[in-house]
Amino acid sequence: MNLTLKIWRQKGPQEKGQMVEYKVTDISEHMSFLEMMDVLNESLVEKNEIPIAFDHDCREGICGMCSLHINGEPHGPDRGITTCQLHMRTFKDGDTIYIEPWRAKAFPVIKDLIVDRMAFERIQQAGGYISVNTSGNTQDANAIPIPKLDADLSMDAAACIGCGACVASCKNSSAMLFVSAKVSQFALLPQGKIEAADRVRNMVKQMDDEGFGNCTNTGACEVECPKGISLENIARMNREYLKASII
Amino acid sequence: MSGFISSSIARKVAMALSALFLIIFLIIHLAVNLTSLFSEDLFNELSHFMGTNPLIQFAMQPVLIFGVVFHFVMGFVLELRNKRARNVKYAKFNGAASASWMSRNMVFSGAAILAFIVLHFIDFWIPEINTKYVLGDMSGVLPGQEGYRYFEELQHKFFPIWRVAAYVVAFIFLGLHLAHGFQSAFQSIGFNNKYTKCVKNLGVIYSIVIPLGFIIIALYHHFNH
Repeated sequence: MNLTLKIWRQKGPQEKGQMVEYKVTDISEHMSFLEMMDVLNESLVEKNEIPIAFDHDCREGICGMCSLHINGEPHGPDRGITTCQLHMRTFKDGDTIYIEPWRAKAFPVIKDLIVDRMAFERIQQAGGYISVNTSGNTQDANAIPIPKLDADLSMDAAACIGCGACVASCKNSSAMLFVSAKVSQFALLPQGKIEAADRVRNMVKQMDDEGFGNCTNTGACEVECPKGISLENIARMNREYLKASII
Repeated sequence: MSGFISSSIARKVAMALSALFLIIFLIIHLAVNLTSLFSEDLFNELSHFMGTNPLIQFAMQPVLIFGVVFHFVMGFVLELRNKRARNVKYAKFNGAASASWMSRNMVFSGAAILAFIVLHFIDFWIPEINTKYVLGDMSGVLPGQEGYRYFEELQHKFFPIWRVAAYVVAFIFLGLHLAHGFQSAFQSIGFNNKYTKCVKNLGVIYSIVIPLGFIIIALYHHFNH
């Protein structure tokens, strides 16, 4: 298949970027989207041009590194997948595809399609952990009885890979789905309850300080999330936050 | 506590609480107005009671006005702040792929409702306040006439077709606003559980029944003048 690509090119964080048009030919429908990008980059290198910078790592949908806002949606038009799991058969011969970086003030562009997602790391560092004694006398986690439903919900929340699609898809650039998943995975478990109040207060404060927008419950994040993180987590975070701040 | 008040979640909850308050108010407003469809006397009695009862006038009315102003101001402030959170726009953004039109355009449906409220205040609230508290006429009757004036004023207001049309359009926007806003308010206060499906269905019913009720009242008084 032959495609027209409109790709955001930006030399550096302080440089002005723009959409640049590229043509790619003989693309196999069995290629993943990132393989198509590799083919384009190889052709650019052959022409002595600077290849397009984009994030990728595991290429099997678990690391959360690949991003790309494709034709107006994070990770492209398919559901429940990351960009590395998007295949060219999703598109038609002759299509024009827009490829842009995540857009949010809190995710500044580093180069081309790569954005700085350290804001998520700083939110995690603010409270996305539990403090445990690792002296060798650590209690076996399986010795603590946990209701099956809570364990399942916690595991569902922990499936978040921190890719940032929630922020990219939200019209407000809100990070609440990510933060709520990280709050929920601990809030649901007995091990997480001890630091629950400080955790939610500190993580929400860090989220606000980073400059993410406020959630208006459009639900776009839930639809676009490659791991199917539920909006129920945001409601839980709101409850946890109110409990920690008022009671 | 200061950190809490300025937090994103506190703002979100404040929006939701003011919304829930206004949702309850709309039920009361519609219930009173609906009486005008079948009993002129009952509507007049109720209007006079609402317009002269000190508790309603001096306790509940200021709270209501605060709730309305707060919801609008906070809504626009949050929209502006949210716009700032994305300093470079996408060349292509397919918002419709993942979220409803209503949820993405609350600020526009809200602005339409605000324009309607300005008209509604000019039509009813300002003349009412003027008659009662500026001119000091608390009787509820027009000079030289018998019975209360409220029903007649209502019919008089809905005589011009332009006003009926403006009200109908505004109520459609109200319906669109509520279609997202009703269930969104519950989500914001942390209510998302096994009853959420029920809340969503209730939201759909509410967002149709309430605006439709007001539309029927406007049309009824226009055609039965």
